[in-house]
Amino acid sequence: MPHKLKACGSETNFKAADKLPFIRTLGIMHHSPKVYLYRRVLNAKLFIEQNYAANINLNEISGEAFFSKFHFVRIFKSAYGKTPHQYLTEVRIAQAKLLLQTNMPVAEVCFAVGFDSVSTFTTLFKRLVRQTPALYQQTQAERQRQLKATPLQFIPNCFAQKNGWVNNSNFQ
Amino acid sequence: MITKLNHVSIFVLDQDSAYNFYVNKLGFNVHTDAAMGPGMRWLTVCPPEQPDLEISLMAINAGMMFNDESAAQMRALVSGGTFGFGVFECKDLLATYEELKAKGVEFTKEPTKEFYGYEALFKDDSGNWFSLGEAKAS
Repeated sequence: MPHKLKACGSETNFKAADKLPFIRTLGIMHHSPKVYLYRRVLNAKLFIEQNYAANINLNEISGEAFFSKFHFVRIFKSAYGKTPHQYLTEVRIAQAKLLLQTNMPVAEVCFAVGFDSVSTFTTLFKRLVRQTPALYQQTQAERQRQLKATPLQFIPNCFAQKNGWVNNSNFQ
Repeated sequence: MITKLNHVSIFVLDQDSAYNFYVNKLGFNVHTDAAMGPGMRWLTVCPPEQPDLEISLMAINAGMMFNDESAAQMRALVSGGTFGFGVFECKDLLATYEELKAKGVEFTKEPTKEFYGYEALFKDDSGNWFSLGEAKAS
């Protein structure tokens, strides 16, 4: 049965769980006691992917029935190689990178992906991307410009030749 | 001395659909997406932890690389599941299997113990198949 997870201090139905097909896909792994646990941490992972922009309280996710927080974090980490908190940060930064490829201002990007402080966002972004959000945005804008103007510099020549793109006089 | 593989091509039936599959289902990152003219697009994606291996999702269009006949043959071969393109690795096979299934990826073999370790097989949206295994503990 789909269970509920909380975000923003209010109850949010985890809608994805309603349509997840895994409930009926038991197959040979039905007998593995791990599968039940995986499905629970998977729900948490998908919840993070869908609600990263909200003020998610990870304590509330892990506090769902049958899981101690410690146990939950341990299983999540063994399945995905990172803690739920690390994963939430990664998802937010990944989304921020996409938004920074538009010309949305840095502060707006910060709030749009669920951070509530620009300085926290900038610190985490620098740690993961090794660039400030502002510099990343500039670099990406320049790359997009080059991609339009001179796309062949991004493509190994053998592929470009095979496709006949080298002879296209519009490109350098 | 060759040191690395940095590009590899996979032929797909439809680049928009392949984009959705590799990015939104498998969770790969887009490396380069360049319009090369009408109906021509250079699209490469990378596995999340392998940013320097570009997987080029190549459209099968009659033109330079294929003629009408070979394009039709290639499409039939790809959609018929002829080609297996590689082995992907994950940290935890059962967890990844559950996740990809939940996202609608079609598996042709559930995680099964083989003499070399656990393995599952899945197909992309075009019909190309891949093996999925676990990283060896180091």
